Amino acid sequence: MNELIHGGLYGGMIVGVLMTTTAMALWFERKFAARMQSRLGPTMVGPSGLLQPFADVVKLLQKEDIVPFQADRVLFNLAPPLGAIAAISVAAVIPFSADIIAADLDVGVLYLLAIGALGVLPVFIAGWGSNNKFALLGGMRALAQSVSYEVPLVLAALVPVILTGSMKLSAIVEFQATHHWLVVWPFFLGVPAFIIFMLAMLAEANRIPFDIPEAESELVAGITTEYTGIKFALFYMAEYVHTLVASAVGAALFLGGWDGPFAPGLGWMVAKTLALFGFVYWLRWTLLRFRSDQLMALCWRYLVPAGVVLVAASAVWVVWVG
Amino acid sequence: MTALLRRVDPYLKIEAYDPEAELMLLHFGPQHPSTHGVFRMDLYLDGELIVKAVPHCGYLHRAVEKLCEKLAYVQLTPIVDKNDYVAPMTNELALVMAFEALLKQDVPRRARWLRSLFAELQRVASHLLAIGTLAIDLGGALGGGTTVFMHCFRERELILDLFEAVTGSRFHYNTHTIGGNRHDLPEGWAKQAKDAIRVIRERLPEYGALTIENRIFQQRMQKVGVLDGELALELGVTGPNLRASGVDHDLRRDAPYAAYDEVKVNVVTAQTGDCFARAIVRVKEIEESLRLAECFLDGLPEGPINGGKPTKMAVQTKVPVGQTYVGIETPRGELGTWLVADGTHTPYRLKIRPASLHSLSALPYVLPGHTVSDAIAILGSLDPIMGEVDR
Repeated sequence: MNELIHGGLYGGMIVGVLMTTTAMALWFERKFAARMQSRLGPTMVGPSGLLQPFADVVKLLQKEDIVPFQADRVLFNLAPPLGAIAAISVAAVIPFSADIIAADLDVGVLYLLAIGALGVLPVFIAGWGSNNKFALLGGMRALAQSVSYEVPLVLAALVPVILTGSMKLSAIVEFQATHHWLVVWPFFLGVPAFIIFMLAMLAEANRIPFDIPEAESELVAGITTEYTGIKFALFYMAEYVHTLVASAVGAALFLGGWDGPFAPGLGWMVAKTLALFGFVYWLRWTLLRFRSDQLMALCWRYLVPAGVVLVAASAVWVVWVG
Repeated sequence: MTALLRRVDPYLKIEAYDPEAELMLLHFGPQHPSTHGVFRMDLYLDGELIVKAVPHCGYLHRAVEKLCEKLAYVQLTPIVDKNDYVAPMTNELALVMAFEALLKQDVPRRARWLRSLFAELQRVASHLLAIGTLAIDLGGALGGGTTVFMHCFRERELILDLFEAVTGSRFHYNTHTIGGNRHDLPEGWAKQAKDAIRVIRERLPEYGALTIENRIFQQRMQKVGVLDGELALELGVTGPNLRASGVDHDLRRDAPYAAYDEVKVNVVTAQTGDCFARAIVRVKEIEESLRLAECFLDGLPEGPINGGKPTKMAVQTKVPVGQTYVGIETPRGELGTWLVADGTHTPYRLKIRPASLHSLSALPYVLPGHTVSDAIAILGSLDPIMGEVDR
């Protein structure tokens, strides 16, 4: 019973906080991008346009809900909530501080990789169920991309697991707090693994330069072409949550999570997450998009071999040095 | 995929293609975000690979040529402004030059220099837009592409401001008339223009770094959409697209008009003929056009800007019987005007030869063997303006 209350409480809290953060992240991104492009960004709704994301959500809620004729109704309607659930569920194992963690699983890393991988399913379902050629092409690309990038993602996540000797996220952070952050020492293992991890996470979350499944200049809106209103909003939100959670996981696995001087653990975790998140958006508004075959080449030619070498090197390091 | 790049049969019968392959017909446009207006391609896809491409234009047809037969000569400049809506200055120029040729009308030297000056500034504005939209095609409307686009627009704005100061409108200028120009430069314009040219020149490396020096941009563009010079000549492709294929052809130098015979025009060419060559030719042409614009600005002679006789009823201007063809180098290539006059105050026939239409005719030859992503890059690199294609 106690565990149920704990789970419910933390679950509700995480979803609530995550939703608000996503909205704020949306505002931040729009302002950030606007400044990069010598524009102002949202200014009208609320002070400095702070309430713009909420206005967007309200607008999307009012939109007509259209299911295309001859679309696969069940799959079409199933995909958006599934995507949102998959993205949010990952947040369950993130250690926000030493004692704020919803489910401190012994196999935390495995859990987040597995649930994260689930995120591709709704994307493909949407592509298939929409009965739209652009959506189908987007779904095909998403599937190919996610399956490929799963491999370097797992390999990169294995490096901290091997170095710290645990799959428990809190234990990984704890290890970094007592020893060194993994990007600091051994940096020759930590930094490359961190880079591979972030690249693969970007690809998993379909962010530029890896946003090929959406590719709005090629595939109109890719998988989301036929979606309107709240369903579109769910996809949109899932994407942001995914990026946010990926940043948090990256911070926990490589940047020492809640560890840091002076400020409380939660503050450090949030700061690191937001810094990574900001970096992702910096990339997004600077870079152009890869072509899908170039993306695959990057994965299989560079990231996967590098990941394998890193895992082997970490094992050697742990046995002989650490 | 590059292994599949080959010269293909644009008239391929789909039934003749591998019957085992399940081809998908993708209607690409007309309501597609990156077809540069309303353009449609029917793409036959094998997976994501294009087997055959059939371009369809005509969605923006406004019967401009027919309209030209109904209106008086002096009323035509604002009509043709709307053809190539990214470079209206050059549209007008091609038109009035045809009238002047039949009327045997002399144009004062200052007017000719002004025309060249405007044409060069317009080229800069047009190429900036071309690069910006190309980046959007590659980088998406919600990503790095928009950043380049916005930067390019910021610079283009400076030139539109200049034109606004002269003509009072930002887009459809209606400033060229038979025998010269309608508007002279206002006070302080030369300084404003100098500043704008300096600012654009300073900022050029900024978006050069975001586009032609960017690794992703290079990977997306190099060896994609190769159009060889011979085929390009055969199809009538002109302008930067032809020069990118290694053909050294520029009407400003080869058949000078306006004031181009009085300055030296350096023609920019590239050899590879791929999308990257087309992009790089445009970027280099911006530099060259800035130089030329500065040149025209510095050497601008004094004098009248219109050599036409004052008339009570300009609408009644009659052009003697005869026919003529005038071609000028617009930012997109050779814009031709073929005028048949029957001695009345309206043209008997006015045919406009748009450069973009001929650029688009390369698509069925270039697209097969590429992916859908490349199709966007190729279309963007050809820089078509649908208003000009369909008229």
